[in-house]
Amino acid sequence: MTTETLLRTPLYALHVELGAKLVPFAGYEMPVQYPAGVLKEHLHTREKAGLFDVSHMGQAFLSGTDPARSLEKLAPSDFTGLKEGRQRYGLLLNDEGGIKDDFMLSRLAGEAALYLVVNASMKDSDFAYIAKRLAGEVTVEPRPDRALLALQGPSAGAVLEKLSPGIDALSFMQVRRATVAGVEAIVSRTGYTGEDGFEISIAGEDAEKLARALLADPEVMPIGLGARDSLRLEAGLCLYGHDIDESTDPAEANLVWAIGKRRKLEKGFPAADKIMAGVLNGTARKRVGIRPEGRAPAREGTEIADKSGRVIGQITSGGFGPSLNAPIAMGYVEAAFAADGTEIDLIVRGKALPARIAPMPFVPNRYKRGTAL
Amino acid sequence: MSETRYTDQHEWISLEGDEATVGITRFATEQLGDVVFVDVPEVGKSFAKGAEAAVVESVKAASEVYAPVAGTVTAGNYALGDDPSLVNADPEGAGWFFKLKLANKAEFDALMTKESYQEFAKGH
Repeated sequence: MTTETLLRTPLYALHVELGAKLVPFAGYEMPVQYPAGVLKEHLHTREKAGLFDVSHMGQAFLSGTDPARSLEKLAPSDFTGLKEGRQRYGLLLNDEGGIKDDFMLSRLAGEAALYLVVNASMKDSDFAYIAKRLAGEVTVEPRPDRALLALQGPSAGAVLEKLSPGIDALSFMQVRRATVAGVEAIVSRTGYTGEDGFEISIAGEDAEKLARALLADPEVMPIGLGARDSLRLEAGLCLYGHDIDESTDPAEANLVWAIGKRRKLEKGFPAADKIMAGVLNGTARKRVGIRPEGRAPAREGTEIADKSGRVIGQITSGGFGPSLNAPIAMGYVEAAFAADGTEIDLIVRGKALPARIAPMPFVPNRYKRGTAL
Repeated sequence: MSETRYTDQHEWISLEGDEATVGITRFATEQLGDVVFVDVPEVGKSFAKGAEAAVVESVKAASEVYAPVAGTVTAGNYALGDDPSLVNADPEGAGWFFKLKLANKAEFDALMTKESYQEFAKGH
């Protein structure tokens, strides 16, 4: 056991009451699963709706003369083109083009400050980096007083509509302030499961009231970090610190879609020439999806070999996909082996297990797309 | 009449004559969570006491199952290949892993009784 003091989210008492198994994660004591268990929680989210406590994530507001333009110095997204009421995915880069973190940025209607959500394990480092690198232009106002809930699954729209009439009109990647169950919230139609759903930011003291209101709906079940991980892996989404980190750049991580069209031409983001050379000419290695042929999961760190036994890469996330009832993984391989269908071997407990490169997402996304995106 | 003993690795071993059936305890399955993959040894394989004999993977992680005593495998529960959830549903029954012909009964006698195992598991 470690001696460090773990932080608790405002929902800690509720997790305990619900019978959660709590584990240390990113400095917090977080629910890894509830009594239903990871498999049931995962399948319930795909079938109905799951409630996740993601209050450990870092929330902040960025203000300044033009914080969107300033932030473009550190990230390749088109943030100046981000319209009111919209949210966009971003990559925070170091000077070498390595990924310091991935994040969501929102421009709320009628507000000058931008709303930022970053990974829990990186929040202190991210906020310090942005404040330092954009000193004099951008003020970072971290909001550790706020909690964050995610409601994910095909019933999420109908469930939230009952607590906040009109909210179901939001489409994927739209965001607005709303009152939910009598609580002031920032609601975005996004998530980390591949399903339709919302992320709901509220004041910490309102978190339990809102969570209880959501859990009172028979469609909603509490979901722990275990199922959150298997859901995002099936959706082909990266986990920071595993699938992407400072040693990977956006081109090899296959996140070229996170580089704005205008930015590809104008550049002006860290290591832009190097990253764009990778985009145009290819990179030495590439992030891919992998389907093992048997039932044995191949975990993070597993070596990937070609059919002659030469090591060509490594798995960065691997496990079991409950919706597919089969093992799935993602990892990096030499570019020559990155095409879908390429036969490879995974070296698990000294044995070569046959597998194939596979397209992602493993489970089709079911986002609620708007008519005009 | 069979006799059952337990290991500090949370395995159970049930002896009938000179053949023992091995599996993991309910406590172990509760720690592991939902089992999604089991690799059981082939018939005829011999293990020293404490050797890695099988693998069990849950949604969370992979764990080894060690031979609680030395012996030769006489049967494997290959049904677990198609339905690993049997381990969670009935860990000390239909979720058994393999059967061993014992090399040395004294190794079996030295393992924990049910009462001492229950005391042991409480501390974990």
